[in-house]
Amino acid sequence: MPKGVANLIPRRGLWSAGGIFFALLIVPQFAPEFYVYILTLIFVTALLAMSLNLVIGHGGLFQFHHAAFYGVGAYAFALILTKTSLPVWVGFIAGPLTAAVMGLLIGWFCVRLSQLYFGMLQISLGSLIWAIVFRWYKFTGGDDGIHGIPRPSFLSSSNKVYYFVLLIVTFCLIVMYLILKSPFGRTLQAIRDNPQRCEAVGVNVRRHQLMAIVIATSFAGMAGVLFVVLERFVVPDLLFWTLSLEILIMCLLGGWFTFAGPVLGAALIVALRTFVGKYTEYWTLILGIILILLIFFLPEGVMGYFLRISERSR
Amino acid sequence: MLQVEAVYKSFGDFTAVYGAHLTVERGELVAVIGPNGAGKTTLFNLITGQLKPDKGKILFKGEEINGLPPYEICKKGIGRSFQIVNIFPRLTVFENVQVAVLAQQRKSSNLFFPAQSLAVEETSHILESVGLSDKAASIAGSLSHGDQKILEIAIALGNDPELLILDEPTAGMSPEETAATIKLVRQLAETRGLTILFCEHDMDVVFDIAQSIMVMHHGQTLIQGKPEEVRKDKRVQEAYLGSVELAEGR
Repeated sequence: MPKGVANLIPRRGLWSAGGIFFALLIVPQFAPEFYVYILTLIFVTALLAMSLNLVIGHGGLFQFHHAAFYGVGAYAFALILTKTSLPVWVGFIAGPLTAAVMGLLIGWFCVRLSQLYFGMLQISLGSLIWAIVFRWYKFTGGDDGIHGIPRPSFLSSSNKVYYFVLLIVTFCLIVMYLILKSPFGRTLQAIRDNPQRCEAVGVNVRRHQLMAIVIATSFAGMAGVLFVVLERFVVPDLLFWTLSLEILIMCLLGGWFTFAGPVLGAALIVALRTFVGKYTEYWTLILGIILILLIFFLPEGVMGYFLRISERSR
Repeated sequence: MLQVEAVYKSFGDFTAVYGAHLTVERGELVAVIGPNGAGKTTLFNLITGQLKPDKGKILFKGEEINGLPPYEICKKGIGRSFQIVNIFPRLTVFENVQVAVLAQQRKSSNLFFPAQSLAVEETSHILESVGLSDKAASIAGSLSHGDQKILEIAIALGNDPELLILDEPTAGMSPEETAATIKLVRQLAETRGLTILFCEHDMDVVFDIAQSIMVMHHGQTLIQGKPEEVRKDKRVQEAYLGSVELAEGR
């Protein structure tokens, strides 16, 4: 069997991913600024959803409060930029790193429990972080958050932010793909399918799951950093559990057994929130109807459905 | 090679294993038999660490292994298959076995190398030896029951075990599949020099291939000995009263 990365990706997938990437590269040349902004927001959200799917779709872990790590990454970056005079790159490293440390701490307790108990403990520990951020006025700005965070000088225009976010997110997605295709990723998927059997073939399941959580939370932290780069503010809502639910829905909607499904889910939800949210604040009503239809007609998610159709036509 | 000494295990008020003894010598094919609910599967789970014994000792190559987690016991050289099909249903047949081989090679945590080029030879070799090569790319969950049971054994071989424990390898199989599986088990024992411990309901199979038989009843060991000794034993005949094939002998 030939070695190398090129053979890892099915040819069709490689072509469509490349095509989408190049299309996205030229979009800002003619699209209005508002759409460039929405696309950037979709990239950030897509990275967040993809990081969650790493543990929930491919790892089978009930990671129910993933937004906590997104928020921690965003706050770490925001605090470094506003409260210290450290160079910007420290913030870019501190975001994912802080999120990963938090992932390690919370994950260490969570992997000792199974399934729903894992999820419940995570919601409580994540909400604890939210409560601290929400109350600690002196340090985090409490429920006001932190506003007017300066952008690094090399990101002076919204197009530059767009390209920067696109590049970082693309890089992160490639790394995630390679991780999923590595022995670690394959073993993780085996754990999702059957943890008991995995233990019996000599895999330290808990340690493996913890490693997956740390990796996923660091990507979530990176998404948090990119959110601050784009929006220039942080608020405690970034760590609130409703956001965790929202990204969970993105994974479900896009298809959580596919690689790129969550990207599609993120795009759909952000678009829905932006364009339907303009007319009514009850846009979640439409989301609810879509979810019901999804569960009945496309249980594998939108991406999962299309992959199956294309497989049949081959 | 393996010694189980006076092992006890209870679940609440129910005592599943009540003083079990078992000796497995290197290179032997040892069968554990007993009526339903005799505690055979519980005994296997105690040996491979899925359960921890309340009392007693389990020695593997002279080293005490009771109470160790399953993945540690596996690394010491004990592989197993399960009575109920226990595979990775969403992975391909190849990946099912590869996961075990990667674990055996201590590569499970490797993040920086494409898995598709690792452990390929070993995995292909195992699939070939159990006759699943042509199904390597199929999704494991879509295989027939018989093939899934064979895949069970293949996964266990992925760990390159010295002692292979098979919990009812032919459960739910047709007579033809059973015969093929037994032939395979015997072949594996010979070509790989494996020591095999198994339990099985089909007495013809047991008396045909086992070199030593341990009989369990109500969680206790009645006797362990050569097939002829076991067949003659009064207590065994009582435990199996009504079980014609054993009482009449062959």
